[in-house]
Amino acid sequence: MSLEKFKNSTVLDPKIAKRVHKELGDEKVIDMYREMILLRRFEEVAGRQYQMGKIKGFCHLYIGQEALAVGAKATLEDRDYTISAYREHGHAIVAGITPNAVMAELFGKVDGCSGGRGGSMHLFDTTKNFYGGWGIVGGHIPTAAGMAFASKYNNEDAVTMCYFGDGSLHQGVFHETLNMAAMWDLPCVFITENNHYAMGTSLDRHSAITDLQKKAVGYDMDHDCIDGQDVFAVYEGIKKAVDRARKKNRPTFLDIITYRYRGHSMSDPAKYRTKDELNDAQEVGPIIRLQNFILKQKIADKETLDAIDKDVKKIVKESVKFAEASPFPDPSTLTDHTYVEWNSPID
Amino acid sequence: MREILFRQALNEAIDEEMARDKDVFLMGEEVAEYNGAYKVSQGLWDKYGDKRVIDTPIAEAGFAGIGIGAAFLGLKPVIEMMTFNFCVLALDQIVNTAAKSLYMSNGQISCPIVIRGAGGAGGALGAQHSQSLEAQYAHIPGLKVMMPSTPYDAKGMLKTAIRDPDPVIFIESEVLYGSSGEVPEEEYMIPMGVGDIKREGTDCTIVAWSRMVGYALKAAEVLAEDGISVEIVDPRTIRPLDKDIIYNSVRKTNRAVIVEEAWGFASVGASISELISREMFDHLDAPVGRVNQRDIPTPYAFNLEPLAYPTVENIVSAVRKACYL
Ligand SMILES: Cc1ncc(C[n+]2csc(CCOP(=O)(O)OP(=O)(O)O)c2C)c(N)n1
Ligand SMILES: [Mg+2]
Repeated sequence: MSLEKFKNSTVLDPKIAKRVHKELGDEKVIDMYREMILLRRFEEVAGRQYQMGKIKGFCHLYIGQEALAVGAKATLEDRDYTISAYREHGHAIVAGITPNAVMAELFGKVDGCSGGRGGSMHLFDTTKNFYGGWGIVGGHIPTAAGMAFASKYNNEDAVTMCYFGDGSLHQGVFHETLNMAAMWDLPCVFITENNHYAMGTSLDRHSAITDLQKKAVGYDMDHDCIDGQDVFAVYEGIKKAVDRARKKNRPTFLDIITYRYRGHSMSDPAKYRTKDELNDAQEVGPIIRLQNFILKQKIADKETLDAIDKDVKKIVKESVKFAEASPFPDPSTLTDHTYVEWNSPID
Repeated sequence: MREILFRQALNEAIDEEMARDKDVFLMGEEVAEYNGAYKVSQGLWDKYGDKRVIDTPIAEAGFAGIGIGAAFLGLKPVIEMMTFNFCVLALDQIVNTAAKSLYMSNGQISCPIVIRGAGGAGGALGAQHSQSLEAQYAHIPGLKVMMPSTPYDAKGMLKTAIRDPDPVIFIESEVLYGSSGEVPEEEYMIPMGVGDIKREGTDCTIVAWSRMVGYALKAAEVLAEDGISVEIVDPRTIRPLDKDIIYNSVRKTNRAVIVEEAWGFASVGASISELISREMFDHLDAPVGRVNQRDIPTPYAFNLEPLAYPTVENIVSAVRKACYL
């Protein structure tokens, strides 16, 4: 299954949209729109700040994939856990980490959500049940299963949501984890953000199969393929998986089709794809589709949406100011947090 | 005092810690129904059941990673690696996840996990099953590494490892599982990062750990017959290393020989030797001696394998050399 399936749609799936709109109501729909715009504007500004040298190292933007994080987040309770890879600014913000704290982290500042020790790829805030921010492709997939194991062990009634890219599915730990998660009934949702590329290698050049949900079949795990540019389809599809995890402790594997508009990281000019491909994808972009729905259903008018955009731009601008003003971590803290400081019962 | 086997001492440590803390669980290949490949977990599945003693498929990276994730949420997993040769498959999880979470999260996410199992030579197991890989872990800030040499140490150290808030790599010499020693009935613990003098002496310090302590003790007997008095320092914890106990011994003897089962290049012994050479330079009467496994994959043939490993004779001659005898 590829982008082709969803390609020519500039609207949301009407049946799903009707159901989800009814379920969530106008206000929530507008909230989702606002969140998607926030992620978009945040990343645009992060990209500019990177070019100005305020952000360094590897920086992977989420532009184009906003419906995924936003639709997914709407399915979770506060007690649920999220863990992601390095393209996680969006997941971190929807988890409730403020744009200020994320931007400050990108700037390497002490008020960043990881105190400046993590950077773009390693955002953390356990008070928001957000557990990173990991840079080894596929490496955090067993971590997610372990978190699900622990929440089940402790009868927490919590679900763990794990995001990773299409390139991660060829790692051994992905398969090892799906096997154990299915066998042990772990309450985990495994989400492939299938943006069709692992760096410069397209899906059909890195995977023997392109209908990725088949991967789950070998582990007898429930699975689905979802249009990731349709925020309501994302919400509805993931909701089923979350319910399955919460009610039956059954994990689910999801192939969610999306597209990234920018290069893999800030240093990638993305020469491996055509302009047409990119333009096509942008025309059916997640924000445009939700916008069309909101206007058509008269949930809000153009002015209201513009006002939201303006508002969001202010928030993002503010986050840059905040990050600028925040100091770098004190050099005297260089070695802190290598080990836990504690009073050993014996020495 | 009663004597028990090394594997029994480890078993008691896990059992006691599981009894006192419901967050402790044991996971690994063959740990439950089979009672452990080396019988360290004998009886634990019967006692604690499926929830807390868990057989895994053969997927070291996967179940190490699951243990790490569980530790992130506050459980205290004891992950058994059938042997550390296979833990190489889990190295990414240990190095890139367990050892990094605390620092990268600015202190938010600790990883109180123990990864333990058999290490070192077993005897005629061939090159893939006979390796001492502690240097791989000792190299990594964020990890702690413990390697007991006696049943007494094994029990007290494993209890400490399980209660420790950081990831601990706990390597048990495969050959020592069947060895016996005195272990008291009453509860005790051995602190992290504290070494032990296994024999007092005045002429030369031997630093040895795990299986090599026994060899060093035998060598000391031989040397004593020639009037050479050897002091044996067992650091027990490899990281954080008890440097003081080593330095204090060298201050007294002015000579040091490092005996390790592992290869000598880029090894724990190499680092200890460097520390002594640099920090104790003014106290040394001779270059620091080294005894190691030969720099080759371990051979199988019964005549070749012993030639590859440190022997009592090697140690004796290294000490003699350090004493200019
Ligand atoms: C184990 C590992 N190998 C290689 C890399 C370098 N790398 C970083 S991201 C990436 C591509 C991953 O693509 P995908 O999983 O599809 O995620 P996306 O970037 O598209 O979100 C590669 C090869 C890495 N970080 N980790
Ligand atoms: Mg990708």
